[in-house]
This record gives sequence, structure tokens and C-alpha cells, in this order.
Amino acid sequence: MTFRQMLRRSLYTVLIAAVLAFFAIPMLWLASAPFDSDPGVGLRWPDWTLDNWRVTFSHPYALGSLLNSIVLCAVATIVTTALGTLAAYALSRVHIPGRDALLYVLLLLSSVVTGTAAMVPIFVMMLQLGLINSQYATGLVIAGGMLPAAIFILKDFIDSVPRSYEESARVFGASPGQVLRHVVLPVARPGIATITVWAFVQAWGNFLLPFLLLRDVTEQPAAVLLRTLKDEGGSANLTVIPVFSLLYAIPVVALYLFVSKRYGFRFHGGIKA
Amino acid sequence: MAAIELTGLSTVYPNGVRAVDDLDLSVTDGEFFALLGPSGCGKTTLLRTIAGLEQSSSGTIELDGKDVTSVDAGKRGVAMVFQDYALFPHMTVAQNIAYPLRVRRASKQAQQDAATSTSAGLGLSALLERRPGQLSGGQQQRVALARAIAMSADVLLLDEPLSNLDARLRLEARTFLKRLQHDLGLTTVFVTHDQAEALALADRIAVMAEGRIRQLGTPKEVFQRPADTFVANFIGSTPMNLLSGTVRDGQVEVAGARLTPPGDLTLSDGTPVVAGIRPEYLQPGTDGITGVVSIVENLGVTSLVTLECPGEVLVGLTVPEHEEPAVGTTMTAAPAPGRLLVYDGETTELLTA
Amino acid sequence: MRRARDASGLGVARAIGFVSPALLLIGLFLVFPAIWTIYIGLTNYALTGPNSVAPSFVGLSNFMDALNDTLFGNAVWLTLLFVVGSAVLGQNFLGFALAWVLRSARPVIRRTVEAFVLLAWILPSVVVAYLWTAVLDRDGGTLNALLGNGSTAWLVEYPMASLIVFNTWRGTAFSMMLYSSALAAVPPSQLETAKTVGANGWQTVRDVVFPHIRGHVLTNTLLISLWTANDFTPFLLTAGGPNHESETLPVFIYQQAIANGELGYSAAISFLLLIVNLLVSLVYLLLLRRRA
Repeated sequence: MTFRQMLRRSLYTVLIAAVLAFFAIPMLWLASAPFDSDPGVGLRWPDWTLDNWRVTFSHPYALGSLLNSIVLCAVATIVTTALGTLAAYALSRVHIPGRDALLYVLLLLSSVVTGTAAMVPIFVMMLQLGLINSQYATGLVIAGGMLPAAIFILKDFIDSVPRSYEESARVFGASPGQVLRHVVLPVARPGIATITVWAFVQAWGNFLLPFLLLRDVTEQPAAVLLRTLKDEGGSANLTVIPVFSLLYAIPVVALYLFVSKRYGFRFHGGIKA
Repeated sequence: MAAIELTGLSTVYPNGVRAVDDLDLSVTDGEFFALLGPSGCGKTTLLRTIAGLEQSSSGTIELDGKDVTSVDAGKRGVAMVFQDYALFPHMTVAQNIAYPLRVRRASKQAQQDAATSTSAGLGLSALLERRPGQLSGGQQQRVALARAIAMSADVLLLDEPLSNLDARLRLEARTFLKRLQHDLGLTTVFVTHDQAEALALADRIAVMAEGRIRQLGTPKEVFQRPADTFVANFIGSTPMNLLSGTVRDGQVEVAGARLTPPGDLTLSDGTPVVAGIRPEYLQPGTDGITGVVSIVENLGVTSLVTLECPGEVLVGLTVPEHEEPAVGTTMTAAPAPGRLLVYDGETTELLTA
Repeated sequence: MRRARDASGLGVARAIGFVSPALLLIGLFLVFPAIWTIYIGLTNYALTGPNSVAPSFVGLSNFMDALNDTLFGNAVWLTLLFVVGSAVLGQNFLGFALAWVLRSARPVIRRTVEAFVLLAWILPSVVVAYLWTAVLDRDGGTLNALLGNGSTAWLVEYPMASLIVFNTWRGTAFSMMLYSSALAAVPPSQLETAKTVGANGWQTVRDVVFPHIRGHVLTNTLLISLWTANDFTPFLLTAGGPNHESETLPVFIYQQAIANGELGYSAAISFLLLIVNLLVSLVYLLLLRRRA
């Protein structure tokens, strides 16, 4: 090996090591702080204990907020998946006048009307409707935000189901409902499952909307409570926060692993470049 | 079992293309009928219109005497096998076959019985619990057929039934399909672009181009007496010789030779004509077209000899395997008696007495 | 091959029925708010006080105030810094560099690096905020520990720089995956040709790779810039402080609307943000369309 190549190799190794360190080090806190008997804001080798977990589980709002998260995300996910699949199916198969323009507009909407840009009108709307602190309303709002992208991705999946399946079923006498139930949905299942997981993860991690709309601590999902814990009593509750962070983060990581194992991770936040 | 009656059928697309152009067709009960033509000729559109998957713009479709023109696809008593077989990947073979009954909400027992009996007739009994993805191409085709048969329909439609199989399998499947149709006695219409397939399988063939039927007849009729030069060119594994010329002294003058037209045909001098004669019906002889051998292609039992004739015209004839001439020799190709066809040079239609 | 216009037999009426519920929700929570914010922006609606019960129409004065508001100008400037620093430069370059270098890495190394980079992206933003607070803390912070320097409160003394580094860390995954796909589509034969004529890495990128991925660079930059400009996460790290030094536009809007209760004013600002989003998205879609 020439000197040049050796230099190259070592530079390369250094680069990879640096990148790995850059990305991995911040995450170490999640591995150490939850188990540390005297957790600090910073990173240190923990004094191993499970006490923090005991405290967290007996915290009045901690587990409740996880439940809230599940309810909120379930509402948002079910609505998004169900309405999105129906719409995507219709848009994929039937040539409604103005369909292409509609798809274009949907794509546009999803990028333009972000949570930040819409936070004021949404807040005012919910305030005036008296729907602040309503899990279901917030779930619907979140679903509304996810639907355009969901429809787009689902339509792509359904487009790839061969039309001959449906035509065949039709010729054999199946009604449109039967065609949908017997043929299309089973075949499009991987795509629908992917969207379900994607929607759930998006909703689980959504901070701004629940933060705005769910002001009562007992209604807050984990995303917001985690933040609230910082402010309660003036200083951060460092016994609970690390454990709670871990608890809150695990479902997301698990789901991501599950989807990428099963279906291959090919949806970069739903955008295909 | 039913007859199919199409009257004045037309399908016009929004962009003005007439995929099916004012077509009349009768398929008799129990017939194995072929729609043959190049891609874009409208044969698949016609098939799908009979199935009800596409709406015709005008005309009527009658199945077994009943007008089904505006009846939905699933209610016509028509079973269809698609080119890609359209087997539902998430169902087993048994579930696929029983699907037409499931749609009609037949009992689980009825569905099972249908699957077992239909699959037995097609040699699929051992495969009932498999998924389509685990089957070979030939097996998939038989499952698709079984599903269509299980429907107990009056008419069976096949869209390019053999084109998804590889060459060797295609020939076996061809024989299988012909026997099956014969045993079932089911009125069958199939679409193909392969003329050999149509000739081998069908009782009658409709040769189509640009939405219209160019010729309707038995394989023999279509092969021996093509109605126009298009059909003449399309049918036959080796292309028919189509030679342009004129009538002179009551004889057909082409490629520097004078050929005697079929006995009962009278032609006026000066008429532009196209002489049609298959390479298989030309023999080395004395009275015919003379030219120089330029290419000899080995076809197995015979060889295809290409002659360069006066006027830069190429004429092909087949010779038996031991009689291949050497390149460069001069030889004369004589038409077998009664095999010369004369087409009108302008209308391209066959001139008959 | 001409396809039937309606393979599933749904019919236009049923199809419209299928699409309507989704469109209703989208209309309620995306379209209507976007349009309504214009209206609210033209009033002096507030969260408390007399203007919360009887707001009055003030025309364009909210917009005029914005132009004169130093805090608004500050927010815009900081957002620009944030976008250029962490998205246009940070995520883009790091994403491309990783995609390029990992092409020839051993599968184990590639998978490991990609896993961590992706993890940074998929972890929820609240968690990630704590992770980085831990890193940047003055007393127990990891960074100070590594530097052996125990006294810099990064989030307080260098808030924007911290945010930029943070966001680069956070979002590189997307650019990395995108450039990975784009690079995989560059014909290997062209890369090999460059190699045989002796081009070095930089020249290969400039002459062979870049022409192929030029379109991707542009669309990627637009997309991540749009996301970054609308990102609310800075709130979780610095809440805009200290003293508005890291108050990007999303945080500014929030503070004006909820903390100050100035709903009319913040609606006007939101509208301006919508316009910017719209322009960027239109360009993005046009570029995508042209490439397709």
C-alpha cells in the first residue's frame, strides 16, 4: 500500500469515526441518565439504579400522558389511514374531472400550510369552537395535516396494484364494495401498513399542535408533558425526565425498526425526490 | 352455452380514434372463435366490450338472444381470463377458483366443492393450498381457466391466453386449450396477435385491422384464400409473395413472367393487380417466374429460397431438404395449380370470378 | 395500451363520495385556516382584553407594524441564518459527503453510520431537545467535558451557532438518503471512465456526478429549507432566548400569539410565512414536474 493510500485510508477512518461520534454521543444520555441515581443535565457514567423508574411510574401525570398519546395518535392514525385509503383508491382508479389539478393542489397544501404557519388560525378556531383540551379535535387536526401526504403515498401504492385484478373480480360479478374488500385492500396491505405506521410516528412526535391545543396537564400527551416536566416547579425534574424520554422514544424506534425490517425503509418522510 | 351477436358495434375514444368501427359479428354456440390482428387493431377493445369492461359508443351486443349492451360486467354471464391471469396473490388456488361463487355468496361447502371438482379436471388437485406466487406459468394459466370454468358462464373470453408462456410451453398449452374447449363445449372467444395460434386453435377467425374485420372465415379459408393483401401478408409463418404487376393478354405479368390466372377469372388488359402465391405453393419447374438464387434459409424440413427476379423483385419458394439449389444458380418457380391468387392492385381485394 | 377509464367499476359518483371525507378534513384544517389567517391578520384580535371580545378591522396596519418591528426583522434575519447555516450548507454538505463516502464503505460500517444518522432524525423533537441540552450544558455538558473547558454556556452565549449545529445533526438523514439514491443512479461506467483518465475525487464529483444530480441538489435544498424555516424545535432548545437572540420566525409567531396574546398581529406574520412557503413550494413542484 502506498503512503498516499495509507493516508487516504486513515483520513477516511478518522472521518467515519468523527461522524459516528458526532451522531452517537448526544444519544448516550438516553442510555445513561435514566439509570443514574443522581442524574444531571449532562452526560456522565451513571450510578446504576432503577429508582428513577419507580418514581416515574408513580408520577401523577406520566403514565396518563402516555395513554393520552396513544389515544391521540390512534385517532389521528385511524382517521388518516381510513380516509386516505378511500380517497387514494378513488383517485387512482376513477378519472374524476379535475383529478390531476387536485393532486397537485394536495401536494402543494402539504408543504405550504405547515404547523407553524397555521398555528394562529387553528388556535383561534379551536378556541372559538370551545374545543381546546379535546383529544378528538386535536387528533382530527393532526389527521387533516397528514392527509395530503398520506393520500399521495397511498395513491402510489394503489396505482401499482394491477388493474386486471379488479377487472377480473368485476367480470366474475363482484360489486365495487366486494372488489375493494376482497381484492384491493389485501393486495395494498403493505402500503396501508406503512402509512399507518408513518402516521402514528408523525402524530406521536407532534409537539406544536398538542402544545397549543391541550393546555390541561391531564390531557397532555407525552410529547407535551415531557416539556412541561421541565417547567414544573421552576427547575427540571431530572429524575423523571430521562426515564420518560426513553419511554416516549422507544415506541418510535421500535416501529421504525419494524417497518424497515418488514417492508424496507423507503419513505423519507413521505417524499420521493 | 350461447351465441354472441354483435350488430353495428362501434367504440370511439374521446380523441376521435375508432377502436371498433361499425362491426357486425356472429359467434355460434360452442364455437372456438379467434380475434386476430396486429396490436392496435381493436381486438382487445372488442373483447373487453363484450365482457362489459368497456362501453361501446353505438351498436348492440346480444348474448344468447338477450340484449346486454347496457348490462354491467358482472351480470352478463361472461367469464374472462386476462393476459396476466389476474390470480389474487393473497388467496390460495382453491380460494381463487371458488371466487366467482364467493361473490355470489354461495355456502362454504359449495365453494369448496366447486374448487375440488374444477381443479380435478385440470390436474390442479395437488395445488389447492398453494399461493399463485408458488406456481409455474402453466399452472397459473390452468388456475385462471379453472376459475373461469367454475363460474358456469355461458361465454368464455381469453385475452392473449398463451403469450405469457415460453415458447415450448405454449405449444403444449395450445393443444390442452383446444381439447378443453372441445370437452366443455363452451362458446369461447380469444384474442391473439399470433396467426399460427389462431389457425391452430380456432373454428373460425376474424382478422382485424383498424377496428374493422378484414376477413371472417375458417382457418382454411383464411389461409388459402385471404380476402385482401393485408390478410394475405398477415397469415402464414412464411410471408406470402405479393407481386405487383399488370394484366397483359389475359395473363398476369409480374416479375418478368406471365402467369395464368385461376381458370374462371376474366381480367381486362391493363388492370393493375397483385399476384399472391405462398412460397409453399411454388415448386421448381419450367412454367413460372425465373430468377437467380440469392439466399437459402434452412427451415428444418424445408428450405426457403429467395430468388432475385427481373425488376428487382424478390420471390420466395420452399424446397424439400435435399434439393437446396446453390447460390447464383438460375431457377424457375412454378405455381402449384389453383394456388395463384390475384388481388386488385387498387382496392387490394381478392378478385374472384 | 389504452386502459379503461374506470377499472374498478366505482363510477364517478361513488368516487367523489370516497374522496369527500378526506377533502372535508383537509378543507377544514388546512385550506380554511390558511385563508382565515388573512382575515384575522386584518384585525386587532387579541387573546385578552377588550380586543378579544370585540376586535376591530384594522386593515393593513398589522403588516405595516411588522415592517417597522425590529423583533420581526430580527426573526426574519435569524431564520435566514438558520436556514442557510443548517439546511443549505449543513445538511446538504454533510448529507452529500456521507452519501459519497459511504458508497464504498463496508456494509457493516455503512449500516451502522446510517442507523445513527437516521436515529437522529426519527427521535421525537422533544427528546432530541433534551439530548442536546445535555450536550451543551455549561456545567455537566458533554461538549464542555470533551473540550476540557468547563465554562461555556453554549445555548446562552452562542445560541444561533448551537441551533445550527443541532439542526444539522437533526436533519442530515434526509439529505443523506436522497443523495444516496441519486448517486446510485449515476451510471457506474461514467464514474469508471473518470477513474481511468485519472480524475481525483473532487474532479469526479464536479464533472461526472454533479451534472447528474444537479436537479436533485436544487429540489432537496428547497425542500429542507422550507422545512427548516417552519421548524418549531428551536423553541424547545432556547425558547428564542436569551433576549430574542435565537428567536426564529416560528418562535416569534408563537410568542406574539400566545405569550403576548397579539392574535391579529401574529396572524398577519403567519400569512407572510404562508406566502413564502407557497412561493418556495411552487418553484419546488415546477422543478419536479420538469424533471419527471
